[in-house]
Amino acid sequence: MSGRDQILGKLRSKLGRASTTVSENAALNHMQAHQKNLIPARGDLPKAQRVALFKQEAEKVNATVSELSHFGDVPNAVADYLRQHQLPAAIKIAPHPGLKNLRWAEDTSIEVLDGRANGDDPVSVSVALGGVAETGTIVMASGPDTPTSLNFLPLDHIVVVSADDIAGNYEAVWERLRAQADAAGRPGTLPRTVNWITGPSRTADIEQTLLLGAHGPQRLHILIVDGLETTAADA
Amino acid sequence: MDATSLNFKNNARGAIADDPLQKALAKLAVGFPLKRAQAAARLPEFEGLRDQARDIKNHVLENLDLYLEAYEEKVIASGGHVHWCATAADARETILKICQDAGAKTVTKSKSMISEEIAVNGFLEDNGIEPIETDLGEYIIQLRKEPPSHIIAPAIHLSKEQVAETFRNAHIDLAANRPLEEPRALLEEARGKLREKFLRADVGLTGANMLIAETGTNVLVTNEGNADLTNNLPRVHVVIASIEKIVPTLEDATTILRVLARSATGQEISVYTTFCTGPRRPDDLDGPEEYHVVLLDNGRTDMIGSEFHEMLRCIRCGACLNHCPIYKSIGGHAYGWVYSGPMGAVLIPNLIGMEDAQHLPNASTLCGKCESVCPMRIPLPKMLRKWRERQYRAEIGSKQVRWALHAWAWLAKRPKVYRYVMSLGIAMMGQFGGAGRFKSVPFAGGWTSKRDLAAPTGDTFISQYHKGARGDQSGELIRRKIMR
Ligand code: SF4
Repeated sequence: MSGRDQILGKLRSKLGRASTTVSENAALNHMQAHQKNLIPARGDLPKAQRVALFKQEAEKVNATVSELSHFGDVPNAVADYLRQHQLPAAIKIAPHPGLKNLRWAEDTSIEVLDGRANGDDPVSVSVALGGVAETGTIVMASGPDTPTSLNFLPLDHIVVVSADDIAGNYEAVWERLRAQADAAGRPGTLPRTVNWITGPSRTADIEQTLLLGAHGPQRLHILIVDGLETTAADA
Repeated sequence: MDATSLNFKNNARGAIADDPLQKALAKLAVGFPLKRAQAAARLPEFEGLRDQARDIKNHVLENLDLYLEAYEEKVIASGGHVHWCATAADARETILKICQDAGAKTVTKSKSMISEEIAVNGFLEDNGIEPIETDLGEYIIQLRKEPPSHIIAPAIHLSKEQVAETFRNAHIDLAANRPLEEPRALLEEARGKLREKFLRADVGLTGANMLIAETGTNVLVTNEGNADLTNNLPRVHVVIASIEKIVPTLEDATTILRVLARSATGQEISVYTTFCTGPRRPDDLDGPEEYHVVLLDNGRTDMIGSEFHEMLRCIRCGACLNHCPIYKSIGGHAYGWVYSGPMGAVLIPNLIGMEDAQHLPNASTLCGKCESVCPMRIPLPKMLRKWRERQYRAEIGSKQVRWALHAWAWLAKRPKVYRYVMSLGIAMMGQFGGAGRFKSVPFAGGWTSKRDLAAPTGDTFISQYHKGARGDQSGELIRRKIMR
């Protein structure tokens, strides 16, 4: 007997499932309803306060945050960050059309490459799907414009997020991903990798001492851009 | 791994004499509970979320066969493979086969209690494949060939000096006189060593905090980011998870995530919460080309519908360990297998058999703290009592204990005799325990060799109750409380 038959067979006899129809429907209905459970009220705020809460929560977990009024300000903000931390003027950016078309060469002297991270890129810049004010979390979704390795290999990770894409809670981001999948004709699917990232990498495995930069980035810098044209905004 | 749970009493004695361990436990005993309490207090919805988390898992367990099938369908639809393994041996063979088919020489691993449970590391090594633990704590104990001593902080029993010595012995290519006094230096060294391994690995093996039926997704929660480098960089990603890890929807997973980190470390949420679905898509620039899920039973189906059914709600947060007076005295290794603390004392006998784990359900004061902090509201003390009852029925345990229980049962059924005997005993002890504490008591050397026993003040509760005098409260109030 296959492992599958063995496990499912045993479960069915233990659960006393003679006819599957009734609870089968119950289970499937539950899955399709996407019923929301209790959502903390904390993030349920108008936009300005929501963005303020996001910033406050992100800073609490050692991320740094800057607010920009135009997407076009990103190259200068990145240059400032590199100078401030005495980092080499070389970055790997996500091959995101908006990011690639910025005036990097005109506004800065940063050497800009795009693509996935290889392990020798000290600083990456990528674009988030959104943010979650509840815990100061950024949400990254993998795709041709947003390779996941950029979120983890470099020691410094800079993320651009639109203020309009900062939601109150995680559930709102799931709804956006579902809507995107539906629009792409792939209902019920997710990108290969969705990352919720809340602050830079850390460990407390040696004598319960908190250290940043365990395997992932040691610093996480978030650029909140107002008025950035992205996908659907959450009300 | 081979269990040494039968050796619990010796293990515990050794643990009490282990200085670095005792220091670590003293720190843990303050830090984790305090941070959990603060996180819980900051979220008004916390108790409501615990109720819902419990209900979600109850619903899943009642429909586990259906959810497993639905999950499998989604994994396959997203281009992944599902391997059903009834036993630990099946799972080991399956993982080896996947690695061999991939031509793997090295396998990076992120922390997985299931992989400890099936002892896959030794098995891969025996077959010429190098497994590399990448969670910092797991990496340290892998080098030392030790099991984890805490489910979320596996190397908590070690001092930084012990870690430094471990690194000096293992990383012989580095300068012998390099400074390794500071935790930062130790971390940098491990980060550098593991970075090479991440970039070279052929297969990445991760566990799963949850499996989401709706989308065929596995959830990975870490603070270090090691699970992400493990699942993203190698050509093949293998997930090993036990069957009860299923949740129905993204919303349900989200609810459980809201209580997980708060209960575990007191963080609002862990740094990295990752949702992986299938292999990379055709136009993706990174991610694995193959995605496999190894679904393990290894005793879980036997627990369904049993007295230990509710243990299957466990999300391995470690809160019950952090709040357990026994765990905080002896640490995890004394339990003799991969799990420890109250959850270990309930789970281990289920997985390795009651005979081999007979001491564990007795390693509890049944104080109830574990249940009060368990995010999934698992009645751990009730289940520990169930094991004790089973042991009694199966005549496992020392003659002395069984005799004492018999004697007590005889007395308890005869209230008048019981009260008379108790009042005699109390009066006697009250006489002899003049200074308020005993240094030794006949038949209770096990207790008094390590600590003093408070002497009773010379009267039983029942007689005080009848006199209407208990502490500051009037007897009437106590009577009313008891009657309620
Ligand atoms: S039994 Fe409860 S408290 Fe203990 S690890 Fe499991 S979920 Fe956490």
